[in-house]
Amino acid sequence: MSGVVNGEVLRLEKVHKSFGKLEVLKGIDLSVADHEVICLIGASGSGKSTMLKCVNLLEPVNSGRIVVEGEEITAPGVDVNRIRRHIGIVFQAFNLFPHMTVMRNITLAPTEVLGHSKKRAQSEAEELLRRFGLLDKKDEYPDRLSGGQQQRVAIVRALAMNPDIMLFDEVTSALDPELVAEVLNVIRGLAETGMTMVIATHEMGFARDIANRICFLDAGRILEEGPPEQIFSSPREERTQRFLQRIIEAGRL
Amino acid sequence: MLGGRRAVWVSAVSTLAFFVVIVVLVANAPGADVVRRGFFAPEHLRGAFPDVAVKFFLVNAQMFLMAEVLVLIFGLLLAVLRSLPGPVMFPLRLVAIAYIDFFRGMPLLLWLFIVAFGFPGLGIRGISGLSQFSYGVIALTMVYSAYVAEVYRAGIESVHESQTSAARSLGLSSGKALRFVVLPQAIRRVIPPLLNDFIGLQKDTALVAAIGLVDAVRTAQGYSTTHFNFAGYVVAAILFVAITIPLARLTDVLLARQQRRTQAGGGR
Repeated sequence: MSGVVNGEVLRLEKVHKSFGKLEVLKGIDLSVADHEVICLIGASGSGKSTMLKCVNLLEPVNSGRIVVEGEEITAPGVDVNRIRRHIGIVFQAFNLFPHMTVMRNITLAPTEVLGHSKKRAQSEAEELLRRFGLLDKKDEYPDRLSGGQQQRVAIVRALAMNPDIMLFDEVTSALDPELVAEVLNVIRGLAETGMTMVIATHEMGFARDIANRICFLDAGRILEEGPPEQIFSSPREERTQRFLQRIIEAGRL
Repeated sequence: MLGGRRAVWVSAVSTLAFFVVIVVLVANAPGADVVRRGFFAPEHLRGAFPDVAVKFFLVNAQMFLMAEVLVLIFGLLLAVLRSLPGPVMFPLRLVAIAYIDFFRGMPLLLWLFIVAFGFPGLGIRGISGLSQFSYGVIALTMVYSAYVAEVYRAGIESVHESQTSAARSLGLSSGKALRFVVLPQAIRRVIPPLLNDFIGLQKDTALVAAIGLVDAVRTAQGYSTTHFNFAGYVVAAILFVAITIPLARLTDVLLARQQRRTQAGGGR
């Protein structure tokens, strides 16, 4: 990759995405600067997850451009495997490999994709596991871990590829309430190290604390964006106001 | 369970009664004595055993062991070809589907004849002029690979696509995602049905007698014509059954273990 251009890591231009007749993204424009933390909020089905999957090329876009570090990744003939090395994604359902130990989950891609030696991959993995308090779990299988531990392992697995940007797709939605904090704290820790992140979340308090910028998605468009203070205390759009009102009524803010 | 000991009693008595009835019925059949002498005469069981057993292990057992290894490989290849995504791979998918459809419908006995009598006539070096034994292995492998390919495919499709997404998101190519993430999980899940197909394959090695190969069945047949006694068939039958029973039990154990694992609700 060519590196950071004008401090911009990621840019989406008029991105459209349909599943059959259903248009899920109706022209998304977004620019993410280096070290910036963006939180995507909005109701289920507003397009947050699809947007992240498009950035990771897990879903092909119908039209528009996605540019990562100056390179258009939506251009035909782009080597998707090379692009994905630089973009980490963590899923709502963890998606750890159940037949592999925690250690193997983490070292698989560094050894098979980056060509690192097993020894190097393992020592780097141990370093990361230690940092996130999971070193004693390195030989366990995912099924033997709690949901929160599994999700932290999934984050470590993505970090082991040393990505330039991390995408989080509602990573706490499948967790029991008491396990949410440990995962959010890991993400907070990443923000402190300056990791560029795009986070789709329903945790409004977390979004307000961590984000440099909040994007409110509604029906496939970014309806409103701005710093958290502005979005949460004086949203301009009526739909944003209504969405936040519902969140407050549900006691989630 | 209510009245556990009583249940044991009832089943013991009913089992005993069942077998007594069978034995009495068979022993009192008009031709019981003829059958006993013709099939179960101890001296003939003993007399037929060495030759039949040697042929069983040298021909049938060796044949199914070789065929099983080949079926594991070839069946997997077919399943992977059939699962390849994208329009570019369409011809390969088509070939795999045609092969599987054809050989699942083909009676093994017929295909044995076609291979054993047809391949030599082709005059192709490496295919013609092989031993009957090799043709037996080839025919068994070709037919059983079609079944096993479908078993593998069911396994591949049972691995949720989110596993592939996770692997691809880490930068693994689709081939590596298949090799490291999908196939290991798929194969683990299909081991019981796979062993089931192997039991079928082991029995079907008895059919190679039809192409003139001197296996356990043919040897038993030879014994029956020289000694006017069918004990050789009984020996062969016992050997075939005896060798599949451990495999059948292993299948049960693996199935039970799998069920326990999924029922324990190991989460995702």
